[in-house]
Amino acid sequence: MTAYDPIELKRIRWRSRRGLLELDLVLERFFAQRFDALSPAEIDAYKRILDLPDTDFLDVVNGKADLDDPEEAAIIEILRAV
Amino acid sequence: MRAALQLSEAGLKTAVLSKVFPTRSHTVAAQGGVSASLGNSEEDHWHWHMYDTVKGSDWLGDQDAIEFMCREAPKVVTELEHFGMPFDRNADGTIYQRPFGGHMSNFGEKPVRRACAAADRTGHAMLHALYQRNVRANTHFFVEWMALDLIRDADGNVQGVIAMEMETSEIVVFQAKATLFATGGAGRIYASSTNAFINTGDGLGMAARAGIPLEDMEFWQFHPTGVAGAGVLITEGVRGEGGILRNSAGERFMERYAPNAKDLASRDVVSRAMVTEINEGRGCGPNKDHVLLDITHLDPEVIMSKLPGIREISIKFAGVDPIKAPIPVVPTCHYQMGGIPTNYHGEVVVGGKPVTGFYAAGECACASVHGANRLGTNSLLDLLVFGKSSANSMIDFIKQQPLELPELATSDVERSVARVERLNKQTNGVAVNDARTAMQRTMQAHCGVFRFKDMLAQGVEKILEVEKMVQQTEISDKSSVFNMARIEALELENLIEVAKATMISANARTESRGAHVRDDAPDTAETPNGRDDANWLKHTLWSRDGNRLEYKPVNMQPLTVDTIALKTRSY
Repeated sequence: MTAYDPIELKRIRWRSRRGLLELDLVLERFFAQRFDALSPAEIDAYKRILDLPDTDFLDVVNGKADLDDPEEAAIIEILRAV
Repeated sequence: MRAALQLSEAGLKTAVLSKVFPTRSHTVAAQGGVSASLGNSEEDHWHWHMYDTVKGSDWLGDQDAIEFMCREAPKVVTELEHFGMPFDRNADGTIYQRPFGGHMSNFGEKPVRRACAAADRTGHAMLHALYQRNVRANTHFFVEWMALDLIRDADGNVQGVIAMEMETSEIVVFQAKATLFATGGAGRIYASSTNAFINTGDGLGMAARAGIPLEDMEFWQFHPTGVAGAGVLITEGVRGEGGILRNSAGERFMERYAPNAKDLASRDVVSRAMVTEINEGRGCGPNKDHVLLDITHLDPEVIMSKLPGIREISIKFAGVDPIKAPIPVVPTCHYQMGGIPTNYHGEVVVGGKPVTGFYAAGECACASVHGANRLGTNSLLDLLVFGKSSANSMIDFIKQQPLELPELATSDVERSVARVERLNKQTNGVAVNDARTAMQRTMQAHCGVFRFKDMLAQGVEKILEVEKMVQQTEISDKSSVFNMARIEALELENLIEVAKATMISANARTESRGAHVRDDAPDTAETPNGRDDANWLKHTLWSRDGNRLEYKPVNMQPLTVDTIALKTRSY
């Protein structure tokens, strides 16, 4: 784990609580399995994804839509796999 | 947000506190639509909608509130349209309406198209329309704030809330002339729930601690097949395609419960059979707490072409490919019919009188329009109608109040601070996860979709034991900034109030009605389907103090029309 503002990490963790159960379940696993190994740039990309509305976010995680930004798309690949 | 909009547009200074960004509340999960007898596609009438709602509620809904809601429905839906809600439309530009379970024309004759939707994103679109409108009206949002407790003064009047800013853990008093709870349901009391993690019944916990009883908490809607351990729903269409339910012995148990319909029996019959199997020790998995939905005998091509979404859900949330292995499923909690007792003006009512300064709307409130069982699409309608009516009541009330707020006594805020202090100082305590799991398993096993006398009685004892665990939760992270451990511990203190209310109310109600179904309620001529109107046509009121139960009559008197007389509920 490279240095990332610890306060910001806790904020990100809370903002990963969503309005849809499916997202809560996927993100819970993501934090348990993969989040700690992310680079600061990857965490930045994940933060941007968190700004998506829940319905769009779930569509992307379910593979019904894709994100253009390659960094964000890479995080989505991880979310699809957990 | 509907109430906030009404208040802000009336020129009042309005603060909305929310744990999460307002458009990420669980309303986003509402797909079906919002019902209103607009009659855009075929003839419809609010009186028919009212009939359906009373019948759906198994006559436990208050008929004054139901008439009010159904009459207001076309108005609030049209208003929402004017707020920018992107409803699906007919070719002539009117709002498109589709049929939905339980909504009928001409007093139960045949299905009617009454549900207005924005594709499968109605809740999402509604949140966005209302949020944008609130921003325009200068509503002040306090995002990532958690309300901890209601402030009631010596006279019992509500003076606002104590809340915690998550970013700093700072505890702040929000004094207000009028306070509204729109805090949603508490489906997370169950091990298997479709509710998002934020649905922890915070408003119900706060109300209970402030001496407000909770009404009809024994009534929860369940779906028969959610993925065990996750809660994500498996559509009933899977059984339509040939899915078979099996117990731990691999037996197709539905053959015993419904020899003709088997796995295609109605929702309640399937749920009842599943729970009976689990209860009699034939459940699957290490905890014997679920059954299996088997489609391995189907052609993989059929699964891939007809049930692709289900295969994905199963792989993702159950960890099994249903082509190769059966899906673990369990009846899953979905919606809470009970809540904080209100009248149709949105005023919280205790002992027949409004609690001064306190209002509630939505799933956390019990007006009661859903009674023992909610009709689909009536929940979004509930938000709109009672969000608006409670705000109108607040506006009238605030106008009569002196300009200055009264002085608060320090004792009013001490309780919240003491709760947080206890949590910070606790040593040799119980892990929050352990206490929450104990609560969820107890609720699921003892007070699920289908209920047994002995299990309920044991459940009461068990949940009171779990309460002791909750009173001793310990967190290792004592830091101040976005301390999720602390937030989850405080949420659990709210959930346990709802769990107790549910278990104790369900144990006492010895009939079957709507979503509360008991094995020991006899189906006789006097009590058809186990419903005992002679003794149980009344609302439960559970109080936290001594777990006291009281009852109040159902309001059978509508506002302008005749009573919808009691009948056996059948479709």
